[in-house]
Amino acid sequence: MHSNNKVLAILKAASAGTLLFLHIPLAIILLYAFTTDETTYTFPLPGITTQWFAVALARQDLWAALALSVKVALVATAIAMVLGTMAAAAVYRSNFFGRESVSFLLVLPIALPGIVTGIALRSAIGGLDIPFSFWTIVIGHATFCVVTVYNNVLARFRRTSNSLVEASMDLGANSFETFRHVVLPNIGTALLAGGMLAFALSFDEVIVTTFTAGQQTTLPVWIFSQLTRPRDRPVTNVVAMIVILITALPIFLAQKWTSDSSDANENGK
Amino acid sequence: MFKFLSTYLYLRPKLVLGLLLGPPMIYMAVVYLGSLASLLVNSFYKLDSFTGLIDRQFTLETYAQLFQRSNLDILIRTTTMAAAVTITDALIAFPLAYTIAKVAGKRAKSFLYLAVMLPLWSSYLIRVYAWKLILSKEGIISWLFNLVGLNPLLDWILSLPNIGGSSLALSPIGVFIVFCYIWLPYMILPIQAALERVSGTLEEASSDLGAKTTQTFFNITLPLSMPGVIAGSIFTFSLTLGDFIVPLSLGNSKYFIGQAVYSHQGTSGNVPLAAAFTMGPVLIMVIYLLIARRMGAFDAL
Amino acid sequence: MANGITAVSFEKVSRSFGEIKAVDQVDLEIRDGEFFSLLGPSGSGKTTSLRLIAGFDRQTSGSIHLYGQDVSDLPPYERDVNTVFQDYALFPHMNIADNIGYGLMIKKVPRHERDNKVEEMLNLIQLQGVGSRKPSQLSGGQRQRVALARALINNPKVLLLDEPLGALDLKLRQQMQVELKSLQKRVGITFIFVTHDQEEALTMSDRIAVFNKGKIEQVGSPAEIYEHPSTSFVAGFVGVSNLIKGQVSLRLAGTDATYSIRPEKIHLTNPLQAGQGVVIANGSVRDVVYLGLYTRYLVELEDGGDLVVVEQNLHTTSMDVLALKGKKVSLSWKKEHMRLIGD
Repeated sequence: MHSNNKVLAILKAASAGTLLFLHIPLAIILLYAFTTDETTYTFPLPGITTQWFAVALARQDLWAALALSVKVALVATAIAMVLGTMAAAAVYRSNFFGRESVSFLLVLPIALPGIVTGIALRSAIGGLDIPFSFWTIVIGHATFCVVTVYNNVLARFRRTSNSLVEASMDLGANSFETFRHVVLPNIGTALLAGGMLAFALSFDEVIVTTFTAGQQTTLPVWIFSQLTRPRDRPVTNVVAMIVILITALPIFLAQKWTSDSSDANENGK
Repeated sequence: MFKFLSTYLYLRPKLVLGLLLGPPMIYMAVVYLGSLASLLVNSFYKLDSFTGLIDRQFTLETYAQLFQRSNLDILIRTTTMAAAVTITDALIAFPLAYTIAKVAGKRAKSFLYLAVMLPLWSSYLIRVYAWKLILSKEGIISWLFNLVGLNPLLDWILSLPNIGGSSLALSPIGVFIVFCYIWLPYMILPIQAALERVSGTLEEASSDLGAKTTQTFFNITLPLSMPGVIAGSIFTFSLTLGDFIVPLSLGNSKYFIGQAVYSHQGTSGNVPLAAAFTMGPVLIMVIYLLIARRMGAFDAL
Repeated sequence: MANGITAVSFEKVSRSFGEIKAVDQVDLEIRDGEFFSLLGPSGSGKTTSLRLIAGFDRQTSGSIHLYGQDVSDLPPYERDVNTVFQDYALFPHMNIADNIGYGLMIKKVPRHERDNKVEEMLNLIQLQGVGSRKPSQLSGGQRQRVALARALINNPKVLLLDEPLGALDLKLRQQMQVELKSLQKRVGITFIFVTHDQEEALTMSDRIAVFNKGKIEQVGSPAEIYEHPSTSFVAGFVGVSNLIKGQVSLRLAGTDATYSIRPEKIHLTNPLQAGQGVVIANGSVRDVVYLGLYTRYLVELEDGGDLVVVEQNLHTTSMDVLALKGKKVSLSWKKEHMRLIGD
């Protein structure tokens, strides 16, 4: 028993270490937003200030980049929600030949390195002489967002009793009424969670975007330029903090919605 | 009206399947597979070095360029890095994954799970940026080494050929650390999922048969969790192969595949060479996926 | 009750899944107002037949009529039947009242009218006051009643029940059997009940169709099915039955046809007088199982073959019957209790 306790202690220590490794960098981002240091990344911070928040908020280029990112993410997410749900419904309702290939095709854009997707889209855009635009970014993002919605919705479908749909039709509802009153409420949270994750994925994407954006600047593209050629360190620090805080929210929500409803379903069994 | 349409469709399940499957499949086939095809085609073109235009004639010259010493170095350097990151992450990830799956109680488990999900889904760029702060010459790491009086050690590490550099933020070591950090959650989650599937009764049976804790671990738990490790390694390997943000932000002037692709298509407009370069990771990943599938890792994805 | 009107009829209905014929050329007539059971082992085609009536599945060939109307190509929401599902299929996101009122909501029945009807149904199933609860907060038996109410509120002409008692424990199950039967008498509509439990089917049904391998083996009242099984499958599936065939039946009945005889019809401890219309067979007791109310014997006949015999312990104790093990006995039964089997 003695050696077991020792093993357990080592295990817990290692786990705690890994958790710290995962989270300290995030904490440091929160810290640096308040530094007075403008030219280096000196630690300990030479001084504390909140002045950079005002400076960052006054930057028009940042607002424009943020607006573009949000717009792209919203449209890409909308496309992904429609296409992902359709594919999930098709795969769930029938055992057709080649359903494995459907999953495979949808997973491919995130299974292959981002750079492959990026350069592939780039070469297609170049080959067809399509000018870079808002839509070239959106179409690229939608390809890898579909799978998050698809996975979430399909998982929910599989947990939902098939007889619910039959019961609804049996009670007089046609396919559309059944979708509205029974299917949608049951997959709703999964759809929303998938959408949230798709939004987060798109909002943060930079690798594919650098190949499909041309001269347009999304927020990640702006941050990337600061990573390679830092010009606005204090502003970047503030942006970094805000992004961390904003992206944490949808993750909490997505997590909550998917786990809540799984509890409810288990109780229902 | 809706009722009529509903009935019409109800009697034609194959049509419904087609209508549901059509749009997503057409979208993915046209946009994604189409692009991949165009990528493949492009890799068989070449850039006319005199005019700077793409010569749309079938040629293997571009692929031949990959085997030039400098380009071959890039492929080898990137693959080595991907392998090192994958092995390191597997080692770091296992204890935490094991704790989540086997040791933690119900509440602790959901807390720990969220603690892994949070960094996974928070902004990738910002996490890279955090390490730029940490690893920079005047940053926390240097400060820490100074604090305990070990800066000669740091200087010695940085002076090593191949992995050193002017500071941690501008060295292969830095790139390695950041890659390990960024992809770590992708390794933890599949291992944890695989460990969850290892039934506790198996482990009890093993210790019942007289195996010590460590024997049980090495004979039962570890082999059964291998599909998870392999699934995780697909992510860490693939993501490292295709990344150019981390080496561009933290590395030195020695290129990785991602950087080569990025700069060839960007500044020089050499899309064919960029395309040929990406065929490296594609080929490596296809082989990797085939091996992984044979080892049953897909169930753990 | 039964008034000669046909509620449901199958004409050469088949449903195949690839190579497998789940329902194979079935003809069937179910009368208005009867409690009709589809009985058979799993995979025999009984559930598929029910799903064809509901419209969840479509026949590969043949046609189905509901009260004379051809419904072969109608979707479920166009058919005047309702279903109680095996897993109840209550909508988890709606409360009990909304579940029961779902059909009326779809039909756009005004709110207050709907509420009244739902209240009526809750009274009928004796679950007053649970309307605002979610399905997950009810017990299995309660959910089953809600499923029943949700179907009955639409006044269907036919109610389909897909093994609705399968998930309940034995006591509740027996109680529900009685309740279902009396409910059916009260509402007076046709019930079509799928089950694999022969006792359940015998207890509740007016008539039973016994399914095997996609075909109907026999249709008849419980008494007919039990006492006159027309095939060896029916004889074996409904109740325990002894089959007498070949050499043995040649010796005992004078022909080599196959007969069935129920275990309780055979006398062992209290033999019949030999004479006209009495069959006597000698054998030895190989096994005795004392079951309190009655005892089950396995007897090996001298002419070959085994017979199961069941006798009530009216005058015997466990000591008496257990002592019979290994002893030679003389079995007797009335010839009229032997049933000629068609196949």
